[in-house]
Amino acid sequence: MKDKFLIFEMSRPGRKAYSLPECDVPQKELTSMINPEYLRKEAPNLPEVSELEAVRHFTQLSQRNYGVDSGFYPLGSCTMKYNPKVNELVAGYDGFRKLHPYQNGESVQGALELMYSLSEMLAEITGMDQVSLQPAAGAHGEATGLMMIKAYHRSRNDFRRTKIIIPDSAHGTNPASAAMAGFQNIEVKSNVEGGIDLDALKSLMNDEIAGLMLTNPNTLGLFDKNILEIAEIVHSAGGLLYYDGANLNAVMGISRPGDMGFDVVHVNLHKTFSTPHGGGGPGAGPVGVKKTLIPFLPVPVIGKQEENYYLDYERPLTIGRIKSFYGNFGVLVRAYAYIISMGAEGLREVSETAVLNANYIASRLKDIYAMPYNRICMHECVFSADYQIKNGVSALDIAKRLLDFGYHPPTIYFPLIVHEALMIEPTECETLETLDEFIESMRIIASEAENSPETVKGAPYTTVISRLDEVSAARTPILRWKKDL
Amino acid sequence: MEIKKELMYSKTHEWVKADGQKAYIGLTDYARIQLGQIVFIDLPEINSTAEAEQSLAEVESVKAVAEVLSPISGTVNEVNEALINNPELINEDVYGSWLVLIEMSDPAEINNLMNSEEYENFCKTLSEEESH
Repeated sequence: MKDKFLIFEMSRPGRKAYSLPECDVPQKELTSMINPEYLRKEAPNLPEVSELEAVRHFTQLSQRNYGVDSGFYPLGSCTMKYNPKVNELVAGYDGFRKLHPYQNGESVQGALELMYSLSEMLAEITGMDQVSLQPAAGAHGEATGLMMIKAYHRSRNDFRRTKIIIPDSAHGTNPASAAMAGFQNIEVKSNVEGGIDLDALKSLMNDEIAGLMLTNPNTLGLFDKNILEIAEIVHSAGGLLYYDGANLNAVMGISRPGDMGFDVVHVNLHKTFSTPHGGGGPGAGPVGVKKTLIPFLPVPVIGKQEENYYLDYERPLTIGRIKSFYGNFGVLVRAYAYIISMGAEGLREVSETAVLNANYIASRLKDIYAMPYNRICMHECVFSADYQIKNGVSALDIAKRLLDFGYHPPTIYFPLIVHEALMIEPTECETLETLDEFIESMRIIASEAENSPETVKGAPYTTVISRLDEVSAARTPILRWKKDL
Repeated sequence: MEIKKELMYSKTHEWVKADGQKAYIGLTDYARIQLGQIVFIDLPEINSTAEAEQSLAEVESVKAVAEVLSPISGTVNEVNEALINNPELINEDVYGSWLVLIEMSDPAEINNLMNSEEYENFCKTLSEEESH
């Protein structure tokens, strides 16, 4: 049974969720204990429901949540992978959970050691020289990295470099972060293969370019094979390369941004390293840099002297502090546990399986869904609803119909350079049976789009709330219950 | 998709209706179909400068945020205030919903734009590119 009512609407005067025995001790007047000035005159308007109603209401609300623990979640670009429960167990250990951020360094040596080791492991995985664990999210990592790029140029008395080049396929956070860091965005076009157009890039390079932001594999799920040449073009013109690590799940243990020529990289622990994702976080977006940028890292940096770990604030060229305390520590513990439990071989297998799964879906669906960039893909594949749109069925309709089959829909209408895009990232965690069921559902939807398009256009049917009027939802949302509405 | 004979068109899917020194600017039906339903619009300030092929306004649809580029240069004379509270009017009638009225600094710029026939062919080539 679906509970469609707000708890306020279920309220009936006098109904109670508790019953207490009669009071058998003398009662004191409230006004004798609390200044009457602070006592409210009217009862608060709280819902009046029975205990069972309250339990059902909140249980049903909690069941409306959809996560990786409830089902397949192929949200491209977001790597919604399973978060092993052992990571939760470890993060819950008293030695981690009960720490206070103001404790002195000697009493938290274990925590500092964990952070130090995690930074070293991330540096190894990404091919960078040093890592800061402080940024609280991917975009925060981007802003931090760009601020370091800015500080680097300024430290060399180069004040002309005010522009950042970003491909037209980039994550929306890239231009947003560049703008936040005070840069002007310059767009570079993709070539027919979905990579950066080298001639276009060359024509944009000059002494005003501070750097290039790139995701590799890019948002089409395609690896840019020209990356070494791209790095050469940018470096020889005096710019730096920023790596958006959102798609790191495709290349772990296989290739490293540091070896591709990148100078700064952020990774998303909540994507690639299996810490919880969604629900507003907390996340973590550690930033790694090459040697030349180490002086600019945010403070504090975790230092090590002989066997002692300490927080180093004595760094004159630092961009400063970018987060209170030391990053989202609980997330760092989970990522550490994940990396340790997977091991180097395990991480490589993660990426290999993620890539295999995406190519499996691509090869089994590309006969019925258009694939504008039809190459071997990496960890995600991008379809277009071009065949279906001829019958009036859009990517949005297909995503809504997937809800009826019990799936979280894929990312749609991104990347922007693909018409009616559907971006599917299965991750390494799913079984062949799950992938086959999903493929079967996608095939059924394609056949519906052909034979009964109205079915797809009216979806979803099985959810608590059916198709929303998105214009009204965006224009005149009703965000809270009001008594007299 | 509807294209009006009497209007001029830009490659970025804005229409222009010239009236002496002044020109009304709006979004084409092709833009409306690509964007999906429009939910917000950010219009320029009156008396601000419009430059050809530079950002003039911003529209947000249920799918994406997009810049509206000015097809011509000049000064913004009027903006369609009704759209600010009811951007869905654009969804209902693209050619009736002008965004801004521009006092042109160089009316000859109109000649750089496409007429309805050229624009129709241009849109055809776009949809061919998409389906290859």
